Amino acid sequence: MNAQLQPTGSAYFIAKETEKPETHTLSILVDNEPGVLARVIGLFSGRGYNIESLTVSETEHEKHLSRITIVTRGTPHVLEQIKHQLERIVPVHGVVDLTVRSKELGQERPLERELALVKVAGKGDDRVEALRLADAFRASVIDANTEHFIFEITGKGSKVDQFIAIMKPLGLVEICRTGVAAMNRGPQGM
Amino acid sequence: MSNGHNDQREMQSREMTGAEMVVQALKDNGVVHLFGYPGGAVLPIYDELFQQDAIQHILVRHEQGAGHAAEGYARSTGKPGVMLVTSGPGATNAVTPLQDALMDSIPLVCLTGQVPTALIGSDAFQECDTVGITRPCTKHNWLVKDVNELAATIHEAFHIATTGRPGPVVVDIPKDVQFARGIYTPPQTAPRTSYHPRVQGDLEKIKAAVELMATARKPIIYSGGGVINSGPQASQLLRELVELTGFPITSTLMGLGAYPASGKNWLGMLGMHGTYEANMAMHDCDVMVCIGARFDDRITGRLNAFSPNSKKIHIDIDPSSINKNVRADVPIIGDVGRVLEDMVRLWRASVKADKKALHPWWEQIARWRARDSLAYRMNDDVIMPQYAIQRLFEATKGKDTYITTEVGQHQMWAAQHFHFDQPNRWMTSGGLGTMGYGLPAALGVQIAHPDALVIDIAGDASVQMTIQEMSCAVQYEAPIKIFILNNQYMGMVRQWQQLLHGNRLSHSYTEAMPDFVMLAKAYGGHGIRCEKPGDLDDAIAEMIEVKKPVIFDCRVAALANCFPMIPSGKAHNEMLLPDEATDEAVANAIDARGRELV
Repeated sequence: MNAQLQPTGSAYFIAKETEKPETHTLSILVDNEPGVLARVIGLFSGRGYNIESLTVSETEHEKHLSRITIVTRGTPHVLEQIKHQLERIVPVHGVVDLTVRSKELGQERPLERELALVKVAGKGDDRVEALRLADAFRASVIDANTEHFIFEITGKGSKVDQFIAIMKPLGLVEICRTGVAAMNRGPQGM
Repeated sequence: MSNGHNDQREMQSREMTGAEMVVQALKDNGVVHLFGYPGGAVLPIYDELFQQDAIQHILVRHEQGAGHAAEGYARSTGKPGVMLVTSGPGATNAVTPLQDALMDSIPLVCLTGQVPTALIGSDAFQECDTVGITRPCTKHNWLVKDVNELAATIHEAFHIATTGRPGPVVVDIPKDVQFARGIYTPPQTAPRTSYHPRVQGDLEKIKAAVELMATARKPIIYSGGGVINSGPQASQLLRELVELTGFPITSTLMGLGAYPASGKNWLGMLGMHGTYEANMAMHDCDVMVCIGARFDDRITGRLNAFSPNSKKIHIDIDPSSINKNVRADVPIIGDVGRVLEDMVRLWRASVKADKKALHPWWEQIARWRARDSLAYRMNDDVIMPQYAIQRLFEATKGKDTYITTEVGQHQMWAAQHFHFDQPNRWMTSGGLGTMGYGLPAALGVQIAHPDALVIDIAGDASVQMTIQEMSCAVQYEAPIKIFILNNQYMGMVRQWQQLLHGNRLSHSYTEAMPDFVMLAKAYGGHGIRCEKPGDLDDAIAEMIEVKKPVIFDCRVAALANCFPMIPSGKAHNEMLLPDEATDEAVANAIDARGRELV
């Protein structure tokens, strides 16, 4: 599609990006009120930021607080902008870049866990093999009959990826993943 | 016991309908004027407005007009502008002024009607997802589903619109909530815990800034709309700082008037159509003090060539403005007024100003100034647009004048040739660049300042986007002056087509134009046409004299272009000056690399 051989002019000045993108995990504490999630994700889509993973739930019922965990990818400059833009949203209490914080604490990266439900259907050797591998991954069986299993697996994203990959030839039917839940090591809160 | 009785009586006196609450909350927040347009979903509120005198409602002709009028009202008074519109199309028509107010940080409170809560989501008549549509174009918005939360929500809306970095807010009120009865809560100072804009600057950072400024040999102050938003005190402090330091000062489009254009340190506006001396000084400076401005792309030119050898101090109330486009060496987060107060105090206490050290810099500036970058060739037969603005400025000297503009060439000429000595006198759509802003904004200004001279410097294309508000001006006897620089082109569009698209003037010429003089008369206003430079002064005098809305059709040179200019892809020191702007230079101003920029 090289339809535009003649580049058009522009009223804008755009400099080439020289920084390298990084993947960071952000924790956002918000008032649990209608529309707050739309404000957060609307900001990401509206300003052209990436969301690689999104996890959200109420965490402190009495205070009506929810915690949103977003894994995003951008240059350090963009990541700093994302943090400041999020902090402008009125019901946002605070934003912590867990990846930056973990470096400040002298740690490699924040603790990150994901939960997945994995349905596998099959018979014979495949079925035995699926159960054996699930055991090796410390995945538990939460539903089964003679034709299927539903496994529950918790761990780092890479472990869940791997588990799903090896279940594929053994009769993988469907997958549901929660997205990343994360916090930093040590006694301090966010 | 008796206390219990009093409480009960007070509760009874505070029990009212949602519609009554809206009017009470507006009164309690000091609202005197309200711009709006009725419709099905706001009828209960309009019924309440009918039965009181404290708030004057201004009936516009289109909801966009209500928004821009409220913006003009806000920017000329420092108070929030308030608008009231119905659901569906009323709300969607408000979107343009909401985004305009967001980008220019104007406190604007917009109340919208909504279909009854039971019908929300059913595609009811005149239903739209108002909070969804306005979420990205407001600072915050609310859908009120419980009448007992209505008053507190409106109070919070005013608080959020006017504090921190000001901006637009929307309160969406379903019709059943307007009818429902509940308890009214008066305004309280209990802001939500998540919202606390920082106003006081970090003193250590301010100290560092003062030290850096004291060592500067080629300094410049670059101020913006934030100074005006911070209030008249901030403009006063800015003037004090300039006086103390002896620094040259330039300003963005939004910041004009904070420092007087007649002041001796004034370099004129900077940016794409700024003066040569302002842009060259920005490029060559060693210390830049950015006060309440945001390094917008119309200001910086090519970013990687922007003021390459300077240390940058950036004062802004919004942390997201810092390091967004340009990295700051000394970032100071806080209200401009508060920070300037500390800065002036610290400078007085610690710096022995050596103004002699700045002499070589001022001499350099004088050489740039001698290029006379705003010069244009006078013509005895045709009115040059710059000349028209200059004569208008001369005629309004000594008068209580407010200027609004539309968007385009006339806006830049007005910024270049009309000079402002006070803040809050210049209302223009900077960030969003909204054609059609100026006429309703002038109306809003005139409502706030009934005895002032309010002029919308307009273009023939822009003004037709909201021309219907002439009818509103006539209704409220608001004697606004619409001064149209009529060249029959969308001049700025044409200028870019000449620069970038081989002079192919695609749809930028208006072949059919209304007779503006007859149009003014049709609306019940006064019309004036002027075609010769020699007639201009008398015609302007007539315009000022007439005590009703005037449309002034000023026929100007059709092909005049707006210079100086930083062409696309160029730096501050690569300006195209008017005496160099031959047809050939214009055609070649943007090289292949510039054209590649999308």
